[in-house]
Amino acid sequence: MDNLKTRLFKEKVAKGFMQLSGMLVTGSLFFIIGTILYKGLPYLSWEMITQLPKGGFYMGKEGGILNAILGSLYLAGVATVLATIIGVPIALFLNIYIKTSSKLAQYSKLMFDILYGIPSIVYGAVGFTIMVYFGIRASLLGGIITITLLTIPIVVRTVDELIRTVPNDLKHVTLSLGATNWEVAKVFILHIKPGIFTAILLAFGRAIGDVAGVLLTTGFSDNLPRYIDEPAATLPLAIFFQLSSPIPEVQGRAYASALILTFIILIIVICTHILSSKQNKHKL
Amino acid sequence: MLRTRLIKNAIAKQSSFVLLLISLSVVIIIGIGLTFKSIPLFESFNIWDLLTNHVWAPMKGSFGFLPFIMGTLSVTLVALLISCPLCILSSIYLTEYASNALKNMVLPLINVLAAIPPVLYGVWGVLFIVPAIQSYIAPLFGVSTSGYTILAGGIVLSVMIFPIMISIMVEVLKTIPAELKAASLSLGATKWETAQKVILRKAKPGIIAAIVLAISRAFGETIAVLMVCGNVSKIPTSIFDAGYPIPALIANNFGEMMSIPLYDSALMFSALLLFVIIFGFNLISRIILNRLEGKHNG
Repeated sequence: MDNLKTRLFKEKVAKGFMQLSGMLVTGSLFFIIGTILYKGLPYLSWEMITQLPKGGFYMGKEGGILNAILGSLYLAGVATVLATIIGVPIALFLNIYIKTSSKLAQYSKLMFDILYGIPSIVYGAVGFTIMVYFGIRASLLGGIITITLLTIPIVVRTVDELIRTVPNDLKHVTLSLGATNWEVAKVFILHIKPGIFTAILLAFGRAIGDVAGVLLTTGFSDNLPRYIDEPAATLPLAIFFQLSSPIPEVQGRAYASALILTFIILIIVICTHILSSKQNKHKL
Repeated sequence: MLRTRLIKNAIAKQSSFVLLLISLSVVIIIGIGLTFKSIPLFESFNIWDLLTNHVWAPMKGSFGFLPFIMGTLSVTLVALLISCPLCILSSIYLTEYASNALKNMVLPLINVLAAIPPVLYGVWGVLFIVPAIQSYIAPLFGVSTSGYTILAGGIVLSVMIFPIMISIMVEVLKTIPAELKAASLSLGATKWETAQKVILRKAKPGIIAAIVLAISRAFGETIAVLMVCGNVSKIPTSIFDAGYPIPALIANNFGEMMSIPLYDSALMFSALLLFVIIFGFNLISRIILNRLEGKHNG
């Protein structure tokens, strides 16, 4: 054993290192947002978010990225709605209709945990293969299906976590009053409502930011998406394409587009935060 | 009416069960679909050759995955070397030292980091990490490079896996019983000694699970690494070499894969490779984590 002095010194050094790591990890967030803000702000203009790309846009001429913003909102919006419609009943089924200790519930939850970890490029590759097999070209529809599959595990896992915070007594009391399981489920939904919106926002955030899945399935287009079987532009892809251009103006627009995406994500994060504090107040 | 209520209940039950089955079958569809598409490649080459051959020339019918496997492994290794120590230390700090106020401030910020889309990490990498390597870090070691390197990919990835590592590690460290710590502290150990010899030892399986999950996240990350790694299909020999990870291979080449024989099969094989490895890693670590949680609750 070292003497007390060296031991206390070690304690101090270790604590210093821990504080430093904490600061580095937290600081990286501000660093990333700061870099994008610093580079993107000078290029941000009203034109960027209200206009479509015009002729020569990718050579640095006029236009905006409205096509990508709307494309992303459509894609993420529809995919999130679908994922919610599919995911929420699944989470309710796993917790209310069958016993949480049953094999089916346990294995299903494990599978959703794993699906959550499967990277979007794999979803994209499978989606692409299926589309080629059926002769469907890259389109909004293909993207929506891929992104829906990608976000279902997020919804299921988040809602499942929420339901587990509800005391079991609520289920027992409601059942003993003669309610059916379906009616119990409705009581639960009422109870975790703010939390369900959190799940929806999380899924939306993931959906709007995904590249690898849409790259293979959605394609890209300079027009507004009018029909579901047409290719559509998405914001992350627009950033990626513009950034790989050698022309400074186009690169600058990539920074500005990145800034727009950052704003969207930050709005989502803030809403999530507000909703989850609401859910905490809701606690029994 | 009791009858309508019961019918509604039955409909709700059946339909959610169907939804469950459909969603779970996605795993099987991915597995079977990718295997099916890879079969033509297996018929021409054996798997061992594919994995150890280092020549990638689809036009000449040579499909060697070794450069991409090495690319993925080296980027991930760099990312782990950076983020493991940082995340373990920060998690101990957050659970053992930090006040509640600090915790309530830092943990939501980590969640924000998790919400940032990969492409923005990529933009940050291109704007900051790549130039920094090109003009400051590489010259320090006497190397000249464009900056698009394994190191750049590793740094960007390390930041991307901070959130998953920290959030799981903090959860794991929370499950360590307070009595254990109290026993160690009351015997005169300092907090750091307690952390080293009691907490970390007890939390080892959970921490390993967190690291394995982070590895599988790193393996599958596509766009951010693609943007900063340089994408040269050669086996990297130093961290200042360009690399070409597997997901970037798929993303960069899916457009032309239909025109060259076996090319699509080769790309689907690489997707299968990713899927199998990540599935296995996720399975193992989730089982460890579930067991820890079960012990904690029970």
